[in-house]
Amino acid sequence: MPNVISPDGSIRQDNWVVVPRPAEGESLDIPADHPALIPADLWLAGYEHFTGRKDIGVWFDSHDEPEILEGHVNELPVIAVNFPKFSDGRGYSIGRLLRERFGYKNELRAIGDVLLDQLQFMKRCGFDAYVLRADKDITKAQKCLNFFSQGYQAATDTDIPLFRRRAS
Amino acid sequence: MYVYDEHDRQMAAERVAQFRDQTERALAGELAEDEFLPLRLQNGLYVQRLAPMLRICVPYGMMRSDQLRRLARITRDYDKGYAHFTTRQNVQLNWPALEDVPDILAELAEVEMHANQTSGNCIRNTTTDQFSGVQSDEIADPRPYCEIIRQWSTFHPEFAFLPRKFKVAVNASEHTDRAAIQVHDIGLQMVRNEAGELGFRVHVGGGLGRTPMVGPVIREFLPELDLLTYLEAVLRVYNRYGRRDNKFKARIKILVKALTPEGFAEKVEAEWQHIKDSPTRLTPDAVQRIQAYFTEPDYAALENATDLLGSQRFENRGFDQWLTHNVDTHKKPGYAIVTLTMKKTGTPPGDVSDKQLEQIADLADEFSFGEIRVTHQQNVVLADVRQDRLFELWQAITPMGFGTANLNTLTDVICCPGGDYCALANAKSIPVAEAIQRQFDDLDYLYDLGNIDLNISGCMNACGHHHVGNIGVLGVDKKGEEFYQISLGGSSHHDASIGKILGPSFARDEMPQVISKIIDVYVDKRTEEETFLDTYRRVGIDPFKERVYA
Repeated sequence: MPNVISPDGSIRQDNWVVVPRPAEGESLDIPADHPALIPADLWLAGYEHFTGRKDIGVWFDSHDEPEILEGHVNELPVIAVNFPKFSDGRGYSIGRLLRERFGYKNELRAIGDVLLDQLQFMKRCGFDAYVLRADKDITKAQKCLNFFSQGYQAATDTDIPLFRRRAS
Repeated sequence: MYVYDEHDRQMAAERVAQFRDQTERALAGELAEDEFLPLRLQNGLYVQRLAPMLRICVPYGMMRSDQLRRLARITRDYDKGYAHFTTRQNVQLNWPALEDVPDILAELAEVEMHANQTSGNCIRNTTTDQFSGVQSDEIADPRPYCEIIRQWSTFHPEFAFLPRKFKVAVNASEHTDRAAIQVHDIGLQMVRNEAGELGFRVHVGGGLGRTPMVGPVIREFLPELDLLTYLEAVLRVYNRYGRRDNKFKARIKILVKALTPEGFAEKVEAEWQHIKDSPTRLTPDAVQRIQAYFTEPDYAALENATDLLGSQRFENRGFDQWLTHNVDTHKKPGYAIVTLTMKKTGTPPGDVSDKQLEQIADLADEFSFGEIRVTHQQNVVLADVRQDRLFELWQAITPMGFGTANLNTLTDVICCPGGDYCALANAKSIPVAEAIQRQFDDLDYLYDLGNIDLNISGCMNACGHHHVGNIGVLGVDKKGEEFYQISLGGSSHHDASIGKILGPSFARDEMPQVISKIIDVYVDKRTEEETFLDTYRRVGIDPFKERVYA
């Protein structure tokens, strides 16, 4: 059961499991008793079967194209984005596209190599749930989410860049 | 010059607190070495051969005298009493202790300085022409746009973990490019369109390093107010599609080449269509607000001091040489642009002591409205000196070691710290620069040779910009021994080109003789008006090869 951090730093537990991409020729191994996150393209491939289900969400890997879910994002209760390595920054663009371009409203979860010092960026790029790598001290998440009281740019958290706030 | 408001101050202070926390976690073993690496790099902190190296940001090269004095104090209190001006207009300390860095940053923040994004795979310091705002042929002052880019790129949440480092440079002069924009990831040339509107010609995918390239134009005219949305589109395409599997193929130039400039431009345009009218689009008010920080200083109404200077130079040959080479024309009558050269033979190019930093601060206060600019050639500019005080200034700087009248000549060498300091280097670069400076110690001969860019890098990372030197020198390692490879014909100016490798490399002690032979070929082959580069471009590399390898 993952510990999930919220943008305010509070911690809760839930029971979403990430279903890995099945090997060639194998089928998805969806658990019967847990809500599950499956690869986004496979959700789309099984659209008739999966859509509308509250216990099925999707995950994107960092090289995936979120464009494939355009028009469908709000049919999903949870979308997760995998950060295969903390230095891989593609997930931030995926987060912003899902939120700002495709209008995704439900939970956007960061999974994978999620470390404390990425949380502030994830928060600004639209992620509202973070599953910290297990060996990291989750009690420090709140502090690391709140070093900055504002930013220069517009992003998902605010569409008003500082240069517009200064003008008002 | 830009002055922080309460927002900038708050974020600078918050950043210091954050880095202090990150350093404490690293020292406590809560961050693995590879996890701390990008965090410290994004704060300019390298772990080097002998000690950590801290690269302090000097946005587009501008500094005030109080900032110079603070730097001097920091070098005394935390380092060995000297600093180094880099080829990207920044300042480096070579000997700080890791645990002191948060305190250094706090001291810097007090004078509106920082080390944000001076290294790491993020958007680096935006650089520009050191003569911005004081030359007569510029389209507009580029510094407000550099500051706008600085603010946009600082702590950008989407672009903190790019495939590789990312450098932006802006140029505004119509005839000269002192910012080397075509060898940057993004080069912005200020232009006006047929309707007279201000904008940028956008080059993307230039760069040095292992695969040097001149950046192709991907947009001929980008309207001024679209600057940030377009940059965001370029960066998003790069962040998503730049290669991450191979560090040597991760710069944006590789992506531009793979997609072709046209293909890359199409992708950027498609992305930009989605965001061009977003709130990130600049407003005239926002631009004017930043421009208001870069207004002209309180110039006196003067005439050009032509007669006075004429008689002073007639009486003093050293002053005459200095005036000819190190002083440039200012847009205001009665004023001049002075370059203080940090290239005295025997001193590593770009190195300054704490005392010299304070001397420069005093000179800035006394002669140039309290401001200086660092150049990418590792010199320092006093941009607003009264012509009738040039002689006084020259007399003051000569004993300080800033008056060597070799600007833009062969001995005004661009040189990275090299193997003396840098852990990445394959070979030392400073002793090569010094040996060449000693070989060419006759100023009259140097003047006769004219402008020659000699650039030296200690490794492929090309901090010394060797690819774009008219003569480039690259340190290479051959079975544990230091050798030097020479390239000819590079240029970082409007006519940007990448130098061509001359042939097999040389031992260090051969270098002065080899450079002499190259120069001899130029002297033999040149026509009266030709620069070194002109002659090279006309005769090609073969005559040089024949002489050097004879």
